[in-house]
Amino acid sequence: MSVPSSTASRPAVEIRGLVKSFGTQPVLAGVDLAVAPGEVVALLGRNGAGKTTLLSILATLLQPDAGTATVCGHDVVTDPVAVRRSLSLTGQFAAVDEVLTGEENLRMLAELAGWSTRDARRVAAAALDRFGLADAGRRRAGTYSGGLRRRLDLALGLVSQPTVLVLDEPTTGLDPASRRDVHEQVEQLAAAGTTVLLTTQYLEEADRLADRVAVLEDGRIVAEGAPAQLKSRVGTEVVELRDAAGRVVAERPSDGTAGDVRRILTDCLGGTGAVGGPDREAAYRVDIRRPSLDDVLFALTGDRSADPAPARAGHPAPVA
Amino acid sequence: MSSLSVPPPIPFRAPTVGPLRSGWVFVRRSARHSLRNVETLLMGLMLPVVLMLLFTFVFGGAFDIGPAGPVGSVGSVGPVGSGAGHRELYATYVTPGIVLLCAGFGAAGTAVEVAQDLSTGWVDRLRTLPVRSAGVVTGAVVASLVRNLLATGVVVGVGLLVGFRPTAGVLHWLAAVGLIALFVLAITWLYAAIGLVAGSPQAASAYGFVLLFLPYLSSAFVPTSTMPAVLSWIADHQPVTPVIDTLRALLTGAPARAGSGWVAVLWCVGISVAAALWAGWLFRHRAGRR
Repeated sequence: MSVPSSTASRPAVEIRGLVKSFGTQPVLAGVDLAVAPGEVVALLGRNGAGKTTLLSILATLLQPDAGTATVCGHDVVTDPVAVRRSLSLTGQFAAVDEVLTGEENLRMLAELAGWSTRDARRVAAAALDRFGLADAGRRRAGTYSGGLRRRLDLALGLVSQPTVLVLDEPTTGLDPASRRDVHEQVEQLAAAGTTVLLTTQYLEEADRLADRVAVLEDGRIVAEGAPAQLKSRVGTEVVELRDAAGRVVAERPSDGTAGDVRRILTDCLGGTGAVGGPDREAAYRVDIRRPSLDDVLFALTGDRSADPAPARAGHPAPVA
Repeated sequence: MSSLSVPPPIPFRAPTVGPLRSGWVFVRRSARHSLRNVETLLMGLMLPVVLMLLFTFVFGGAFDIGPAGPVGSVGSVGPVGSGAGHRELYATYVTPGIVLLCAGFGAAGTAVEVAQDLSTGWVDRLRTLPVRSAGVVTGAVVASLVRNLLATGVVVGVGLLVGFRPTAGVLHWLAAVGLIALFVLAITWLYAAIGLVAGSPQAASAYGFVLLFLPYLSSAFVPTSTMPAVLSWIADHQPVTPVIDTLRALLTGAPARAGSGWVAVLWCVGISVAAALWAGWLFRHRAGRR
């Protein structure tokens, strides 16, 4: 393992050619990714794309079959203890001790991070305050709502003051208010200089939080760049055309301006367009929506998800 | 959520926490779990009382352990003189068995606790920390030991009330408590391994049930000589029988097979070591594979 002379230029996370299979099922098929110190990188991908596996390897929970991964220069396979000292993983399953109170959870993690019993009390109190858990802190974590639980989970992950914070789908399953909470917390951390690697299925989340987005599909990074670059390939809006039965007959990326929407409609409904037939302008309905992860992957790989349900969420078919 | 709160100055902290310190944190956690699991706690205290009363007043009258029976010397020593009734004789005979039966029930919770920690992702969280995370299992085992020694105290207390007449001196009592502790450790490590192998708390509870029958197929409640030949052979050669015989010999001066004390200690130490090694292997290989 080579040790770079300058720590300033050393990536906080560096992944090279990472391969992992479960039995005969390949999950990661050669992933390369680097995260600079202080950077916020979002790993965007569907369920089963390999996001959690990748994070588990970084957090030393799983061993890779091939390739290397380092955190702050420490190899995850040969020096896992040093990696665990620099990195904190907060999982999508929100592992908190339900029998203990929020405060006891925090104190326990603080003691495990090396604080004395008395200092752990102070660290826990500060964390409760910071995450708006002061009132809930005396209640058992098992009684918490989903949003409170996730906040406690995040607070537990930060007790050890990690250099690199890894968040596995931090907002999945949360209501919009709790989601905003988590976003604000991540933004504050990023502003304070913490390196953040997070996974998400939501393009908007990646766009809001990340300096850079990497798209993981079938165990490979299929695209990487600033959110704006990604959007330029997908468009900021998607124009969707449905027939009388509610079936989507055309989807086009758009910048959302009236002129562009008119151009798309003319293109689709015009004489040589994809959708034809008499009376077409009256027969079709138009929806303009934000692009989903599915649209991103389609733009990048030309594949539509086998299960199109998530992309259609919020657009019930009209009653026939 | 306030973004204006100023974090307090960061006090000094050790770079890495040693296994003893983290182990102590885990023991305290498991102890808290034991105290807050009200149903299990009540069950752990009620069970000795109920079993003791059940065996001496309901079943005891029907069990024929003979006038002097396999506890032959009981009649000639201590307060259980020739005037001792059948109930005193049987209570004296059965108390060591109830101690082990209750220890089995008390330790079974460890399987569920460990399986829960594994399935909720709590163990994964610990494994991402720079501490010896397997200590979470050790913590559960130590808490079970303390819990079960307290339950043993309840069994002996109730036993004394209903006719248990021990003759042991201080040294014999210490040896008996030591052997009970060894037995609790053995069965708890076994339960811990079962919890790690089970995959879910429900499965852990179901698998663990099997172990609870071991005391019934031993000299705990009736002499093994009263059983059919095959069962009697099994009962004589399974670990619970030598432990019970030894406890009986220590506490009431009943005769025990020569060397059964060593056999009992070897069984307990052997099972503890094997089960702890198995649990350690399972912890390394099962954790992180949900």
